[in-house]
Amino acid sequence: MMATLSREQKNKIHPYKFILLIAIGSIVMMFAGFTSAYVVKSNQSNWLQFSMPPVFWYSTIVMLISSLTIYLAEKAFKAREMARYRVLITITAILGLVFMLLQWFGFSYLEEHGVQIIGSGSNPAASFIGVITGVHMLHVLGGVVALLIMFFKAFSSRRKSYSGVPIDMMNIYWHFVDGLWIYLFIFFLYVSS
Amino acid sequence: MSNEAILHGQTTGHAHDADHGALDGHHHHHESFITKYIFSQDHKMIAKQFLITGMVWAILGGLMSVLFRLQLGYPDQSFPILESLLGKWAKGGIIQADAYYALVTMHGTVLVFFVLTAGLSGTFANFLIPLQIGARDMASPFMNMLSYWFFFAAGIVMLSSLFVETGPFSGGWTAYPPLSALGSASPGSKTGMDLWIISMALFVVSSLLGGLNYIATILNMRTKGMSMTRLPLTIWALFFTAVLGVLSFPVLLSGFILLIFDRNFGTSFYLSDIFINGVGALPNEGGSAILYQHLFWFLGHPEVYIIILPAMGIASEVMSINARKPIFGYMAMLGSLFAIAILSFLVWAHHMFVSGLNPFLGSFFVLLTLLIAVPSAIKVFNWLTTLWRGNIRFTPAMLYAIGFVSMFISGGLTGIFLGNSALDIHLHDTYFIVAHFHIVMGVAGMFGMFAGIYHWYPKMYGRYLNNTLAYIHFWITMVGAYLIFWPMHYQGLAGMPRRYYDYSVWESFKQFTDLNRFITTVAMIVFATQLLFLFNFFYSIFKGRKVKSQNPWGANTLEWTTPINPGHGNWEGEIPEVHRWPYDYGKDGHDFIAQTVPVGASESKH
Repeated sequence: MMATLSREQKNKIHPYKFILLIAIGSIVMMFAGFTSAYVVKSNQSNWLQFSMPPVFWYSTIVMLISSLTIYLAEKAFKAREMARYRVLITITAILGLVFMLLQWFGFSYLEEHGVQIIGSGSNPAASFIGVITGVHMLHVLGGVVALLIMFFKAFSSRRKSYSGVPIDMMNIYWHFVDGLWIYLFIFFLYVSS
Repeated sequence: MSNEAILHGQTTGHAHDADHGALDGHHHHHESFITKYIFSQDHKMIAKQFLITGMVWAILGGLMSVLFRLQLGYPDQSFPILESLLGKWAKGGIIQADAYYALVTMHGTVLVFFVLTAGLSGTFANFLIPLQIGARDMASPFMNMLSYWFFFAAGIVMLSSLFVETGPFSGGWTAYPPLSALGSASPGSKTGMDLWIISMALFVVSSLLGGLNYIATILNMRTKGMSMTRLPLTIWALFFTAVLGVLSFPVLLSGFILLIFDRNFGTSFYLSDIFINGVGALPNEGGSAILYQHLFWFLGHPEVYIIILPAMGIASEVMSINARKPIFGYMAMLGSLFAIAILSFLVWAHHMFVSGLNPFLGSFFVLLTLLIAVPSAIKVFNWLTTLWRGNIRFTPAMLYAIGFVSMFISGGLTGIFLGNSALDIHLHDTYFIVAHFHIVMGVAGMFGMFAGIYHWYPKMYGRYLNNTLAYIHFWITMVGAYLIFWPMHYQGLAGMPRRYYDYSVWESFKQFTDLNRFITTVAMIVFATQLLFLFNFFYSIFKGRKVKSQNPWGANTLEWTTPINPGHGNWEGEIPEVHRWPYDYGKDGHDFIAQTVPVGASESKH
């Protein structure tokens, strides 16, 4: 009985992981909505042209490095090197925060150069960058919170977890927000110019 | 094993080793009142929570329509009781214009989202998915519980907006800017709109949490032998509903986020060149209100299928059972559901034909819109052929299922009129469209819901509803619905616009005074009849005739193999294995053959 059940389950994807994949589809639709609105609006009158803040390049690099560290964290977890795993997820969470900080610098760069994101006199072109990037930052923040929870679980001495599902899901999500940012950045670079 | 693991990991504290759980499914949960009835993670209880909350909202939303129908039917009449009920909103016993707009807006929002989305698919997806696919619970019972509580919170926020000083939002359920984006545009656009948008954001979260769970459960947690083509059509319909919700609600949310920025942070996504009386010219430039309409209707159109697909699934299932015949064209039913789901994403601009949309673009949307007639006609044909020469049992559920088909046909046909961009110039925003969507989406959706409640009530509460009350409820609702909405076609063809406060001051629409009074009268009668249903529902929970047989309708699907009052986990012992599709009625001389019966050697193929 047990044997047949577990054999069946082996080929199947874990339900929680599956939920995450559909949720990612849902998030993709949200950003598809945003970027389509951006395309529609950019073809209409009164569209401000400006160049992207250079600091976005740095934030992209930070995001790529964080994808590497979370990947290594999963490898470390699977090899049961828990010390290395803890260090790596900590670095990933910090890189996530650094990314958000850099995005914030990008906003202030725009404001300093006379491109207003919100408030009276702002142009939708800049507001879109602010809103889309801002919503993406919230998704990164969600990932950081999840990483913090895993961080505390990894340090908890009362319970030991050997399930690879959480770190696997974390990996998928983190690569996703990374890929999402790269898409958004390329999108901004090409469509706005 | 995940089925067991999920159930026990969350609901019971004590350790349960796996093979013990598989052999002995009879659990003695020590549940308190709170874990059993309030923060329950049992899908059946969550379904009942959705249903009863939906019913509360249906009564509130219905009552709102009776109130504004009073204004339409008796524009000069004073009703002092209204003043004591609504205060300054009905000064002198006459509903004020702002109150009228607020009532219309709230009626739409409440009925579309809280009743026909959460109340319908929330109830039946939660109740039927685990029971009919053979699972102990949802993929994530905790997320399922969250989904209900987000819905509940959305309801509380919406309800609170009725009591703020400036009133609830009053710019129509579609919340088009600038009315929704500028607080100074109308009283309802102030705090009322803030609450409306918070409530809707919570509602989107609730739908997404629910939808993700439904999809994951259907795809991952089916019992042994339950292949996708052995699923009952209810499950297929609920599956496509969930897919539509998961793909379209996020787009609505992005539209709302931009709206929030326009409202609160001075951006100009939707606003341009606006002058408000008493405020002056606004600085906003470069925005486009059409952009909001695109984002809104990209959800808004799939939304009408989110409402109607579960009703279609319920009608198909109830019809096949009560006609004692297999559903006609199972694969065609499935294919047409799929086609409708795809097409629903490609037709949104037919809501915007007269908004300044490029007419050449409009012609593509006309074509795609009219294409939906094909899968819809396939479905209607299959329902009628399922009834054809059936051995029909006219149970209340069956009557509602047949009534659903009637409504779907008569409301669907007017959709062909409205889908033409040229005809739409005349019909847009008239009572013709009000008649169309109330019949095809509102009444048909409600009929699907009633069919489902009457059919699965014995499974939900282990008791029957009173049949006499049910028949009275059906016939008055059926006849009343046609009497209310059929005349609106004529008003619409005569050009009578929707949402107006008082038609008696218009020379062209004075002729409809008596007709409006007639509609109002019928609306009040139909509303009162719903109270009869409500009485039947709550009375029968406690005093209804007890269900004695495990399978009272002689149905094939798995939910009728559970105990009469199933506990959390649904089946005592192992989950049954499935050997056949769910529609073997009247086959080889057997009245019905349950899905759990293995295929015999001499059995004919279906």
